[in-house]
Amino acid sequence: MAIEVRIPTILRTYTDGEKAVAGEGASLSALIDDLEANHPGIKDRLIDNGDLRRFVNVYINDEDVRFIGGLEAQLSDGDQVVVLPAVAGGC
Amino acid sequence: MLTIDQATYDAIVRHAKRDHPDEACGIVAGPEGSDRPERVVEMVNAAGSPTFYEFDSTELLELYKQMWDRDEEPVVIYHSHTATEAYPSRTDIGLASEPGAHYVLVSTREHGNNEGPVEFRSYRIVDGEVTEEEVVVVPALPGA
Repeated sequence: MAIEVRIPTILRTYTDGEKAVAGEGASLSALIDDLEANHPGIKDRLIDNGDLRRFVNVYINDEDVRFIGGLEAQLSDGDQVVVLPAVAGGC
Repeated sequence: MLTIDQATYDAIVRHAKRDHPDEACGIVAGPEGSDRPERVVEMVNAAGSPTFYEFDSTELLELYKQMWDRDEEPVVIYHSHTATEAYPSRTDIGLASEPGAHYVLVSTREHGNNEGPVEFRSYRIVDGEVTEEEVVVVPALPGA
């Protein structure tokens, strides 16, 4: 089994247009490294200076990872990960 | 070009006026690939600010899951500017992440919460490039 990762429209250029891809890893950080191995370039869109980008939301089983350990959040086989860019702006 | 029906247009303007002086934000969902803005979803501005807006992260996930279940996408992403013109700011441009959406800006700077015309403009924002487009308001969207 693996971890299903839901990819937002704007990052599908890295996944050949796929809406969801499979990955592996015991933590979010490991999962992102695994994604990067198969979809080069995607890591930089998720991480900046070693931390999750401020305007990228990542959820594990519907929980915002910011509340469950950020990049160190634990993952198990069968978990569902969703990546969604923040919808934000300002004058 | 953005084609939008009068009721949806009015709903966006009402929301912007109601939340003034804070920025209002929301989306209009429509069937994937249809370019039909059909279903207005008002979002809470988690920033609660006159100069910034951000969808609450939990609400954002709920919204997208709902759209995926219904095979919808965000056809329009709207927000208001309450003291400046209805043109995307540098922040708006830098954070725009739905290349397929119409970004609608409503400015309430002139009449605030009160009756009166607003600026209502629409843009495409792709890779940091802004292109304004015509807004056509119709009594009702043509039959699907």
